[in-house]
Amino acid sequence: MAVESDPPPPQPHPVIALTGVAKSFGAVRALVDAGLELHSGEAHALVGENGAGKSTLIKILAGLYRPDAGHIEMDGEAVAFTGAADALAAGIAVIYQEPALFGDLTVAENLFVGRQPRGRLGRIDRAEMRRRAAALFERLGVALDPDRPAKGLSIADQQLVEIAKAISLQARVLVMDEPTAALSGREVERLFGAVDALRRKGTAILFISHRLEEVHALCQRVTVMRDGRRVSTDPIEAVTTDELVRRMVGRDLSAMYPHRETEPGDVVLRVEGLSRTGLCRDIDFTVRAGEIVALAGLVGAGRTETVQAVFGIEARDAGRVSIDGRELRSGDPRAAMRAGVALVPEDRRQQGLLLDLSILRNATLTRRHRLSRLGFLTGGAERREAAEWTGRLHAKYGRLTDPVGTLSGGNQQKVVLAKWLATGPKLLIVDEPTRGIDIGTKAEVHRLLSDLAADGVAVLMVSSELPEVLGMADRVLVMREGRLVGELARPAATEEAFMRLASGQEHIGEVRS
Amino acid sequence: MWTRFRSSGALRSLATWDAAIIAATVLFLLIAAQSVEHFGTARNAGHLVIDLAPVLLLALVMTLIVMTGEIDLSVASTVGLTSAAMGVMWNAGVSLETIMPLAVLLGAVLGAVNGLFITGFGLPSLAVTIGTLALYRGLSYVLLGDTAVADWPRNFTGWTLGTIGESGIPNLLIPMAILAAAFAVLLHATTWGRSIYAAGANPIAAAYSGVAVRRLKFWLYVGSGAMAGLVGVLWTLRYSSARADNAYGLELTVVAVVLLGGVSIFGGKGALPGVLAAVVLLTAVQNALRLAHVSTEALTVVTGSLLIVAVLAPNLISSAGEALRARRRRTA
Amino acid sequence: MTTVADAPDQTPSAGTGSTALDLILRFRALGLLLALAALIVITASVNPRFLGAQSIRDLLFAAAVTVLLAAGMTVVVLTRGIDLSVGSTLGLSAYLTATALSSGTPVPLALLVGIGAGAACGAVNGAIVHFGKVPPLVATLGTLYVFRGIVYFTAGGSRVNASDLPRGFLDFGSGAVLGVPYLFIISALVLAAVAVFLSDYRAGRDLYALGSNPEAARQTGLPAGRRLMTAYVLCGALAGLGGVLYAARFGTVDASAGYGMELNIVAAVVVGGVAIFGGSGTVLGAGLGALLLTVISNALPVLRIDQFWQQAIVGALILAAIALDRLVGLRAARALRRKASHVD
Repeated sequence: MAVESDPPPPQPHPVIALTGVAKSFGAVRALVDAGLELHSGEAHALVGENGAGKSTLIKILAGLYRPDAGHIEMDGEAVAFTGAADALAAGIAVIYQEPALFGDLTVAENLFVGRQPRGRLGRIDRAEMRRRAAALFERLGVALDPDRPAKGLSIADQQLVEIAKAISLQARVLVMDEPTAALSGREVERLFGAVDALRRKGTAILFISHRLEEVHALCQRVTVMRDGRRVSTDPIEAVTTDELVRRMVGRDLSAMYPHRETEPGDVVLRVEGLSRTGLCRDIDFTVRAGEIVALAGLVGAGRTETVQAVFGIEARDAGRVSIDGRELRSGDPRAAMRAGVALVPEDRRQQGLLLDLSILRNATLTRRHRLSRLGFLTGGAERREAAEWTGRLHAKYGRLTDPVGTLSGGNQQKVVLAKWLATGPKLLIVDEPTRGIDIGTKAEVHRLLSDLAADGVAVLMVSSELPEVLGMADRVLVMREGRLVGELARPAATEEAFMRLASGQEHIGEVRS
Repeated sequence: MWTRFRSSGALRSLATWDAAIIAATVLFLLIAAQSVEHFGTARNAGHLVIDLAPVLLLALVMTLIVMTGEIDLSVASTVGLTSAAMGVMWNAGVSLETIMPLAVLLGAVLGAVNGLFITGFGLPSLAVTIGTLALYRGLSYVLLGDTAVADWPRNFTGWTLGTIGESGIPNLLIPMAILAAAFAVLLHATTWGRSIYAAGANPIAAAYSGVAVRRLKFWLYVGSGAMAGLVGVLWTLRYSSARADNAYGLELTVVAVVLLGGVSIFGGKGALPGVLAAVVLLTAVQNALRLAHVSTEALTVVTGSLLIVAVLAPNLISSAGEALRARRRRTA
Repeated sequence: MTTVADAPDQTPSAGTGSTALDLILRFRALGLLLALAALIVITASVNPRFLGAQSIRDLLFAAAVTVLLAAGMTVVVLTRGIDLSVGSTLGLSAYLTATALSSGTPVPLALLVGIGAGAACGAVNGAIVHFGKVPPLVATLGTLYVFRGIVYFTAGGSRVNASDLPRGFLDFGSGAVLGVPYLFIISALVLAAVAVFLSDYRAGRDLYALGSNPEAARQTGLPAGRRLMTAYVLCGALAGLGGVLYAARFGTVDASAGYGMELNIVAAVVVGGVAIFGGSGTVLGAGLGALLLTVISNALPVLRIDQFWQQAIVGALILAAIALDRLVGLRAARALRRKASHVD
């Protein structure tokens, strides 16, 4: 395969070039002056905080949005996409963060939907379709059965199906929107292997990620975006990670992880023998007042499932959960709330917020009983409460009556935190508290959690970001395959120690987190 | 379930929908009073109030159900079944004082069956209530066949049509007004109302915030059934007739007024005043057409069209607005 | 879901997955056939004449229209839609066809009138759903009444009698070959054609894709609008053809033809295992569901059960079918969870 290791000679024109692209949604200017050039055989990283306009840019590339202004050129010729079909026909394949497959169709049909091989009378030639699918998977080196339904595939496998599809489309441009967010280290490596092979064959890759170490590992060039504009484009060797972060945020960042010295108090949460069939089993741990405990592990290790059972949003099949020594009823989040438990869930948009309702209604939803008299509500108390808590968290918004869905990711997360902090919790559970929010807000959230712990709140944190886990937690509980496999106290909590426990392997070489 | 049809523009325009529908109602009443003979008379106004009672009562609960993102297509069949059951009980010699609470109870039980299928087994409310729409109507035919029970006591049937003293104000007006006000307060100024909006806007997030979504929906269906039972009593006495086909097809009118009143079919959006205005508007339109000697069958065209327009109009307005804005940006 | 940091590659657990699914699907068709057989055996044992040539012919006559409409409904339900207006569409088409024939229009042209009227109704539904972004339930609940109102408007109180229709048309409507009515043969052929369209043609597969994941369909660039229109127009056209068959069978047509039929059709489709929220199910299953409902309604008088029970049974069947689907789905999900988990 020595032939493949050399990238093809540079072409006069980029495969695709965007210049001066602008796009607004109502009053919100998502893109002001964005630009990007992708070259054949090159992996190009696009980085920026949330709200910088990356997703809008991708959707313009995918033909889902039409820009208000600016030019798109392919091979030096102006093009305009009027729909996803146009972009696909031009050779642009997009893989979204959560791959969108057709669960009811087979894997092979997912690869070829809309362009299935046809035989006599225009009928679909299923044997040929299966053969081609199998050939694609063989080329990628994955053992997926083309005949199984797409329903039930892991996210990693779904992404491989999407990549196989991009190959079969002979895509000239492959856009990947945070493809690694839900993958384990091993799965990331397999994905990168497949992507790199594509690149060597001449495909232009656009890679969007919040994980800057991945950007350095995979890409040759990097573009930074901020506030809907291109800040810079450089060869990857020319910029350090710190420099990238500085450009993304637009200012220097003080320490991401505040230093804390606290003496843990009494046990607030005690979990004994907690089990959910097929999800987690025999979980025992405690969290003390003033302590930050992280529940860590690879995606799918059963962390979220465990905290869901602690909060009671899902019933437990066995075990005890108690707060201050009193047992919580299984499957009853209201009982947990009364006992002083708060859960900031993993998926902000699905689980955390009522996107169409106002900031006011969202921020006071958890407190509606306490703000009422005999069940009747007057607007005043709700408004005061919402204004107070969103103010304390420095959430930025126009009016309290604006739909919460119009806020940026970071500000949405602040509203979720506000609605739970307003309940004055004894135990605050945060599941992926900084997923998909910008670095500036991230640091704010870290400081907030730290301050809460200092005030004596017990904090239980689930996070897939290892630096966050190691930087924030007093103790790290490591889960693997639904079980608690170890505990690391602060000094002993290192990346290597974590990976050894989390992956269940004695000898870890160089594994990315 | 309807995410494909969700568009934020449509939702934004609903804020003004309430006002628009109230204005349209007032305007129609004024025009009809001028141009349709007998429409503006006190006598006809009284009839109008009596006519709109069933739709209004059913729409009160339906509003709450649609607000949670669900639907109950079985209300009219529940009215029919309670009416048929009343007929059977009356024939068996049960006193009307006993029959009336039993009818409401029966309605509640039928609603609970819906609730159980929907919240207990997690089935889509649309499919379940299409099933019970057929089932309950079928059972009313099983009970009464195509016969009618008509010998209801005069003092009861008279009351439903009567007025308070000589004032010309229908007896029904006061209880209806009280119920409507109670539901408005319930929806707009209680923790329960907040829970209903939350459950409709995003049931998962609502559950994470401590709203007992399934229990809430279950009781809404029980309430819907009980209200249908009450309407069954009212219908039977008002027409002095218990028949299996009582209130046939009324679910369409009820759903139509709720949507016309600005409640989003996706849940989480809407308000009761708009629905009340829509009830008045639709009943008045039908009443005026009848006075103008338009055939009853043609009235179904009106109801059907209003239903479609109620949902179509906000969508069209918002997409037209979007297109206009896009054009303005491009020329700017 | 899967936690395979240490497993080399995902082993294709897939084969078992698809056979399990196949089994469920086959089980549904099998279950329907068993229910049909049981019902026929019981009814025949009460009255052997139920299996007589005349009785079977009556049954197939009655089934012809239901099967046809169920095929059309399946196409729409697969896309996460529903068409409650089929009964009214059938009524409109039947009335227009009969009127055209009675005024001397040649049969092929009248056939086109009927199917065309149905397709136009379908196009209206499709346009409201696709361009107006109105949920299908609401849109077709509305057109159910609008279309019916139009029939009443045009027909008034009048009706077309059998004596006004051409002889040949009526003969065809009541004719049979080897005891199988022509009408049923037409329905069966159409059903087969729709089945092939759905399983073997790109446009057909797109309908499954649309129902399975609308957002993905948009991202994949499937022509969603055109496919949705196809589905509704096809459903309307089949209801239109149903109207022609209705006119051929009964000869007498008034404004109430096909009144309330939509419930039976929805029941047939749901009982036949087509998921009410799109993406899965076959037109064959829907056809079997339609057949089962027809057999039930023909068996009631033989079993001396009051005809008034029919609608109640339809309702109960809808509830039972969706509850069964849910149960099967839950079990499959649980099995998948157990298999995928590494916790024993």
